[in-house]
Amino acid sequence: MKIAVGQGSCGIAAGALKAYDVLEQKLNSKNELTFTGCIGMCYLEPIVDVYNENELHRFVRVTPEIAEKIAKAVNSGDFSLSAEYEISEDDKAFLSSQTRIALRHCGIINPEKIEDYIEDSGYEAIKKCVTQMTPEEVIEEIKISGLAGRGGAGFPTWFKWNAAKNSEGNEKYLICNADEGDPGAFMDRAVIESDPHTLIEGMLIGAYAIGAKQAIVYVRAEYPLAVKRLKKAINQARERGFVGENIFGTEFSCDFKIKAGAGAFVCGEETALIESLEGSRGMPRLKPPFPAQSGFLHKPSNINNVETFANVAWIIKNGGEKFAEMGTETSKGTKVFALTGKVSKGGLVEIPMGKTLRDVIFGIGGGIRGGKKFKAVQMGGPSGGCIPESLLDTVIDYKALSATGAIMGSGGMVVMDESTCMVGMAKFFLDFTAKESCGKCTHCRIGTKRMLEILTRITEGEGKEEDIELLEELCYSIKDGALCGLGQTAPNPVLTTLKYFRDEYTDHIENKHCTAHECAKLRKYKINPDACRGCTACARKCPVGAISGAVKSAHKIDSEKCIGCGSCLSACRFGAVEVE
Amino acid sequence: MNFYNSKTDSDLTLLEPTLEEYGDEAENLITVLQSAQEIYGYLPTDVIIYISKRMCVPITKIIGVATFYSQFRLTPIGKYLIMLCKGTACHVNGADGIYEAISEYLNITDGETTEDGLFTVKCVACLGCCSLSPVMMVNDDTYGSLTPEKAVNILKDLAEKEEK
Repeated sequence: MKIAVGQGSCGIAAGALKAYDVLEQKLNSKNELTFTGCIGMCYLEPIVDVYNENELHRFVRVTPEIAEKIAKAVNSGDFSLSAEYEISEDDKAFLSSQTRIALRHCGIINPEKIEDYIEDSGYEAIKKCVTQMTPEEVIEEIKISGLAGRGGAGFPTWFKWNAAKNSEGNEKYLICNADEGDPGAFMDRAVIESDPHTLIEGMLIGAYAIGAKQAIVYVRAEYPLAVKRLKKAINQARERGFVGENIFGTEFSCDFKIKAGAGAFVCGEETALIESLEGSRGMPRLKPPFPAQSGFLHKPSNINNVETFANVAWIIKNGGEKFAEMGTETSKGTKVFALTGKVSKGGLVEIPMGKTLRDVIFGIGGGIRGGKKFKAVQMGGPSGGCIPESLLDTVIDYKALSATGAIMGSGGMVVMDESTCMVGMAKFFLDFTAKESCGKCTHCRIGTKRMLEILTRITEGEGKEEDIELLEELCYSIKDGALCGLGQTAPNPVLTTLKYFRDEYTDHIENKHCTAHECAKLRKYKINPDACRGCTACARKCPVGAISGAVKSAHKIDSEKCIGCGSCLSACRFGAVEVE
Repeated sequence: MNFYNSKTDSDLTLLEPTLEEYGDEAENLITVLQSAQEIYGYLPTDVIIYISKRMCVPITKIIGVATFYSQFRLTPIGKYLIMLCKGTACHVNGADGIYEAISEYLNITDGETTEDGLFTVKCVACLGCCSLSPVMMVNDDTYGSLTPEKAVNILKDLAEKEEK
């Protein structure tokens, strides 16, 4: 039997290596133990798959103890021994309701074995391109597919390729943006860790189409496992002649280079990424000229993100039309989302465009964890916005999502329940953009800072009546005045929360009240005298001496002195401290 | 931020293989700095001056690059680098509480190192393990589904291990 342990970064963090070690010791030699990347059901990690001929037994939340039981079952062939640890029917639906193209091999193949990839017709798409198609035909096929950039902006991929191809010059570069910086998105990491050859093949096809001899992957340094697996994959592809000189005996040559990013969100912007590749501070350039005319080292360059490239080989193999059959009028194919936050089932979800947000969050994701109420979903990271419950039936489509004020973005979908403060959320993102602003243009550098100051004082109960108006004014001038896409979209989290959750802002400003009880300075605590045993634990923990009361009698909080730090709440063992 | 440390006795020969491979092209500056940081743990002043000479890149540019990217450090760090994720999913699931607990336990704030040189705490944007949020990385190990108590216990275990 073949036994595969999911070893993406999340799986490893959840304990996949321990499970692997146990299986390695206990399984008898008739079995083949291997590993895969990320299966995408992060909430069930670590996951162990056992292939018994054509039957799949999938075990979830595998602790070392459970791994031992699985080994026994495998060795004896009696799966009734471990039946209770197998995935439930309900959880199976998480995967079965998806349509996987970019993630087609994730969790199925061993990312460190090129043989696994080749077995599933790997590198046949690039072979077809270089031996049977002209670059024009490749671009035409991508045009038919309707593939658009999956990094956020949704710009048609064929258009960028065509522009780079038509630019003059013999030296051109094909660049992959794997600097996945959006907090809350991790699909690109999953693709590289789980299926690096798909990325390499997609990039080779892109390089052939635009006429580039050099491909560069700009990957986040925070993703060490992804870098390691990608390096290994490139070397394997080189050994087999898929990368390097005269690929498949043709005149097409292309080599690969990996450059590790050094941690700057702005480098997700393509001109800033190019600056960074050249060894400088990652500050955006003014466009035009566009990278297709003058990019890396001032040569024509084309930049796409990981998920975009992950679709390319599939499109060439199956035809652009088949890809375009999926989705809506304006958005074709599938999109991968990283579903996280307060949702019951978090993980990677790939679905055809045109499904609704409700399908994803309540259908696949199983709704809100812990029986709480849905409040909003954040899409598009710091450039996106928060979508309220009333818009949950919005379809997943570049245009429809933009109309809400959020954006498709790279696919982070962070679900929030009633315990999340929306002003706090806006402040969180502004804190991020203010720190990550590169400082080149005034609107972004100073504007985001001023907005952060206003949001901070609102969440601390110091908000002024005119603050909302001031925030709006700043939002629009930053949108108009900032140099790059990141600055122009930085106000989105504030604009969308103001649009859909304005009452929370006014509640903070006028009543000094936070409905979610998240803003520490606005939180008021009291002690329930009936539950208090007078143990003095809270009084001893209180950093400002606001709690008084004799031993074994009910204590009291002096609201004048209280700073709302919550130390008493965590100190009380009897549930007597309550939030008002 | 302290731009300059006064390091003058770094073993520069350790950097030689990197400079031989990448030192000829200025576009490789970030790669060289990453490698230097890997070797020395941070970017000592004498190393920066040496890189500047070897790569013919002005010191000002190197400092500019080193202070722009969050990965680079101009001061030494502790034996254990705690990278606390402050991404969206971690924020929603209580990363602030983890930070408070860690900084109270170690008595340091973001970017600082404990006096015994054991721990440095750094808040980072997103580690990409959102489904396990809140998350922190201590050197190369990732810890997920943290609570304030769990995070502090992990650090306590490491500190105890050091005492032995």
